[in-house]
Amino acid sequence: MIVFDKPKSLTDTPLHYCPGCTHGIIHRLVAQAIDDLGIEGRTIGVAPVGCAVMAYNYFACDMVEAAHGRAPAVATGLKRANPDNIVFTYQGDGDLASIGMAETVHSATRNENITVIFVNNAIYGMTGGQMAPTSLPGQVTQTSPYGRDVKTVGYPIRVCELLSTLDGPEFIARVAVNNVKNINNARKIIKKAFENQINNKGFSIVEVISTCPTNWGMTPEKALEWVDEKMIPYYPLGVYKDRSAEIQAKEDK
Amino acid sequence: MADKVLMKGNEAIAEAAILAGCRHYFGYPITPQTEIAAYMAKRMPKIGGTFLQAESEVAAINMVYGTSSAGYRVMTSSSSPGMSLKSEGLSYLAGSDLPALVVNVQRGGPGLGGIQPSQSDYFQATRGGGHGDYHMIVLAPASVQEMADLTITGFELADKYRVTAMILADGTMGQMMEPVELSADSVKTFDKPWAVTGTKMQRKHNIINSLSLVPEELEQQNFARYERYKTIEENEARCETFMMDDAEYCVVAFGIAARVSKNAVIAAREKGIKAGLIRPITLWPFPKKTLLDAADKAKAFISVELSMGQMIEDVELAIRCQRPVMLCNRAGGMIPTPEQVLAKIEEAAGGKM
Amino acid sequence: MGTVQILIAGFGGQGVLFAGKFIAYKALLEGKQLSWLPSYGPEMRGGTANCSVIVSDDPVGSPIVSNPDVLMVMNLPSLDKYENAAVKDAKIFVDSTLIERKVARTDVDTFYIPATQMANEAGISTLANMIMVGKVIRETGVVSYDNIVDALKKVVSAKHANLLDVNLKALEMGYNYDK
Repeated sequence: MIVFDKPKSLTDTPLHYCPGCTHGIIHRLVAQAIDDLGIEGRTIGVAPVGCAVMAYNYFACDMVEAAHGRAPAVATGLKRANPDNIVFTYQGDGDLASIGMAETVHSATRNENITVIFVNNAIYGMTGGQMAPTSLPGQVTQTSPYGRDVKTVGYPIRVCELLSTLDGPEFIARVAVNNVKNINNARKIIKKAFENQINNKGFSIVEVISTCPTNWGMTPEKALEWVDEKMIPYYPLGVYKDRSAEIQAKEDK
Repeated sequence: MADKVLMKGNEAIAEAAILAGCRHYFGYPITPQTEIAAYMAKRMPKIGGTFLQAESEVAAINMVYGTSSAGYRVMTSSSSPGMSLKSEGLSYLAGSDLPALVVNVQRGGPGLGGIQPSQSDYFQATRGGGHGDYHMIVLAPASVQEMADLTITGFELADKYRVTAMILADGTMGQMMEPVELSADSVKTFDKPWAVTGTKMQRKHNIINSLSLVPEELEQQNFARYERYKTIEENEARCETFMMDDAEYCVVAFGIAARVSKNAVIAAREKGIKAGLIRPITLWPFPKKTLLDAADKAKAFISVELSMGQMIEDVELAIRCQRPVMLCNRAGGMIPTPEQVLAKIEEAAGGKM
Repeated sequence: MGTVQILIAGFGGQGVLFAGKFIAYKALLEGKQLSWLPSYGPEMRGGTANCSVIVSDDPVGSPIVSNPDVLMVMNLPSLDKYENAAVKDAKIFVDSTLIERKVARTDVDTFYIPATQMANEAGISTLANMIMVGKVIRETGVVSYDNIVDALKKVVSAKHANLLDVNLKALEMGYNYDK
C-alpha cells in the first residue's frame, strides 16, 4: 500500500520552509499538476524573490530565478520565445501585489498565456515579517507594530477581485490549503490553470491563501484556524473569472 | 555586396539586429530612440518575431531576461532615464551570465534632463550601472554604418562571453542618416546548452539564477566571471586611430564627439600642429594599450566629451597620468564645435595647461 | 567639389527635412559621401525645424552644419538665426513669399524665390520646399539634375506614387526660375 508518493517533478532537495508553512503543500500541488498533465519535460518555472526564492531547487523542470516582482515579465519573455513551453510563475504577495503589481496587471491584461501561482500569506516572510499589501486591517507586523492602520497605510489589495475587472485574463480563482477539502479543491483548480495554458486559453492565476506561523506568531494549528477566521472572510474563495466556462454557458443557453 | 541605402542610425540598429538573428524586442517609448521600437513594431510581426511594448522599462528588461534564458537573441533599447530603470535588470543579467543586447541612445541628464544628444551615461555604462561587480561590453558607434555593424558585433560578443553588450549611442547617432550597407553574411552564432527550453526528460534541469547565499560560492562565481572579463579585456578592446603616427597632441573622443574632433584634428594639422585622434570603439574594455603607447610621443591628451568629463578618468588611468589630460566638453545636450576642439588643441600646443 | 555643407530651415510642416532627405538621396545615387541630420523633439511639432546635409567626396566628419555653405530658409526666424552663421560667399536661398526682408550681409550670394506663392498658384501648395530645392540644385550644383526622378522615387513612398509628378513639377519650377 502506498501511503505517500512524492510527485516526480519535485527534486529530492529538502525544502527550507518553516514548520507549518503551507508552501510545501502548494509546491506539491503544482508538481502534482505537472505530473498529472505529463508536461515536466517542457515546463519552465519562474521563481520569485520571497520565501519561495529557492523554488528553483525544488522543481525538477527547468527553472529561472527572477528579480523581485518581475516574474510575469520574465515569464512573458520565456513564453514568447518558446510558445510550446509551459511557463509558470510562483510568487508571494509582496512580489506579486506590491513591487510587481505593474507586471501582474499587464501580463493579465495581455492575457499572456502563462500560469501564475500566487501565494498570499498576508506578510513578508523571508525578510522577517513586515506588512504586506495583503496584510489585514489591524494585523500586527514588524512594520505595523500597532496593527495595520488603514487610515495611514490603506487597505489590503484583493488581487483576484482587482484583476477580474480586466477583459484580458482567462481564469482567476482563489483557493486555500488549510484543510483537506480546500486542498483537494486547490489541486483541481491549479491543474485547470495549467490545462488552460496547454489549451492556449491565456492568463490563469490561482491565488492560494497560505499561512506564516513563524511571522504570524502562531502555532501551525492556530495559523490554519486563523485562515478560516480572518483570511477567508476578507479574501473569499471561489472562481472569479473563467472566460471559457462563461462562453460555454452562453452557448448552452 | 548589398546596395547602400540611406538609414537613420536608430533604424540601422533595428535592421542589423534582425540580420543578426534577433527576433524578440521589448521596449518602452522614450525620445530619442523611438525609431527602433517603431521599426521593430513594423518588421517583427512579418518575420515571425516578437515586438512587445512593455508596461515599463523594468518590465522590458526582465522580458529580455526571460527570452535570453530561453537561449534566443533578444534586445531592448532606451534612452538615459529609461536606462536607469533597466539597471536592475542589467545587474541580474550579469549575475545570471545571460547574453543580451541593450541600446542606450543617450540624452542630457541627470533626472528627466533633456532630449538632445549627450554622453553623460559613460560612467553608468562602463561601470555596469546596476549593483554588484560586473561589466558590460560597451560599444560606441560613430557612424550609421557602425550603428549597424556594432549591433551585429554586440550580439556575437554577448553570446560568446555570456555578457550584456550595450550600444552606447547618442541622439545625433540615432537621428542622423548616412549611407549604410547591411549584410547577414558573416553573422556568427553560438550553442547555448545552458538555456531553459524544457528538459524533455533527457537531462537534469537547467537553472538560470543569480542568487547564491554561500559567500564562498558567490566569491568563486565572481572570480570566474572576472576571468572571463580579463579575456574580454585582452581580446576585444577596439579603437580607431587617426593621424596618430607622429601625434604630439592626442584627442580622445568617441561617438559624435569623435566626428567633431576629426574635423578639428584636420584643421590643426593644416595649421602645422601635430594632432591626432584616438577614437575608442569599445568603451569597456577601454583601449588602454593604444593610449599608453600614444603617451610615448604625445605631449598632452585632450578628452572631448558631451558630459562634464567622465571618460577623462579612463584616459588618465590608461596613460597612468604620465601626461597632462585636458577636458574639452559641452553638457546638457550641447555638442562641442570643431572650433572649440581646435582651440583646445592650440591651447595645449601653446603650452597653456 | 570637395565638401558642401547645407542647412535647411523653416517651420515644422514645410517639409524642410524632406527637402534635405531628397538632396541626400540624390547624393547617394551619385556615389557621394553624405550625412543628413535633423533637429528633433517637440520643436518639430509646429515650431522651427532644420536639417544639416553634408555632401562630400570624402568621408564626412562632423554631421552638424554650423557654418553653412548653402543656406535655404523658409521663414523669418530661420533667416534671423542663421544668416550670420553662413560662411563668406555662401549661397543663401530665401522663400520671399514668407520672408519680407532682404539678406543684410553683402559677402554672400542671395537668391529670392517666391516659392510659397508659386506653389499656391500652381495648385501644389505643400511643395514650396521642392521649388526651393530645384533652385538650390541649379545654383549650387551640389547634386546633378540628371535622373532627378530616381532620387524622388526614394523619398516618395510607393504608397504615394501619385505625388511623384507634382514633386517633379515643383523641382522643375524651381530649377527654371530665373530671377
